[in-house]
Amino acid sequence: MPVQYYIFLSIALFCIGIMGVLMRRNAIIIFMCIELMLNAVNLLLVAFSKMWVDAGRTDAASAQLFVFFVMVVAAAEVSVGLAIIVMMYRNTHSVDINILSRLKN
Amino acid sequence: MSIEQIIFIVLSSIAIAAALGVILSKNPVNSVLCMIICFVAIAGHYIMLNAQFLFIVHLIVYTGAIMVLFLFVLMMMNLNAEIEPQKRNWLKYAGAISGGALLLVLVGALREASLPAINAGASSDIGLISNLGKTLFTSYVVPFELSSVLFLSAMVGAVVIGRK
Repeated sequence: MPVQYYIFLSIALFCIGIMGVLMRRNAIIIFMCIELMLNAVNLLLVAFSKMWVDAGRTDAASAQLFVFFVMVVAAAEVSVGLAIIVMMYRNTHSVDINILSRLKN
Repeated sequence: MSIEQIIFIVLSSIAIAAALGVILSKNPVNSVLCMIICFVAIAGHYIMLNAQFLFIVHLIVYTGAIMVLFLFVLMMMNLNAEIEPQKRNWLKYAGAISGGALLLVLVGALREASLPAINAGASSDIGLISNLGKTLFTSYVVPFELSSVLFLSAMVGAVVIGRK
C-alpha cells in the first residue's frame, strides 16, 4: 500500500482542522480543531515510522516516541487551555472568541 | 483489493466524516461526540500501522481523558445550539476556501513524491512497549524528565487559573 494514502488522509484531517479554526467562533470548538490537527500530524508520523521499518531501518521507534511526546504536550496544553476558557466563561458568560478582542481594556 | 486497503478506506471515511461533523455541527456536544468517533478511527489506523502502544495510549489519553474533559467543561457551561455564536457568512466561506486551497496545494505537491511503500501485511514489534521503553529510557531520557516538569507546571497553572 503506498504511503501516499496516509499522507493524503493526514492532509485532509489537517485541512479540516484549519477550516474549523477559521470557520467557528466557539473557543472550545477551535481548541478541538487544534487537537484534530495534532492528531493528523501524529498519524503521519506513525505512517512514516511504519514505512521506514518496512524499508529496513532499525531506528524507526523514534517517530513513535515523538508521537508519544506530542500526546504528552497536548494533554498539558488541554488542561491549561480549558482552565483559561473556563475562566473566560466565568468572567464574560460566553465562549465567543470575539470577546477576547476586548482584552486590552 | 486487499483486506488492508478495505480496512483503510473504511477507517478513513469514518475519520473524515467525523472530522467534518466536528466543524459543521451546530451543537457543541455533538462536535465532541464526533471528535471521539474520529479519534477512535485514528486509533484503528495505529493498530494497522503496528503501533500497539500508541493505540492504547491514544485511546486512554485522548478518547478517555481529553475528550471527556472537553465534555465536562461543555456540560458545566451549559452551552447549546441556540446561544452558539455564529460568524458572518462570508467569513465562513473565506475560511472554507482557504482551507480547501491549502488542501489542493499540499495534495498537488505530494502527489508525485516517490517514497517506499508500506507493507501493511508485515508485522513488526517496533511499536511494542518493551521496544519503545528501551528507546525511551536510553536515547530520550532528558525529554522524558522534561515532560514531567512540564506536567507539573501545567498542573500548577491549571489550578492557579481555575481558582476563583
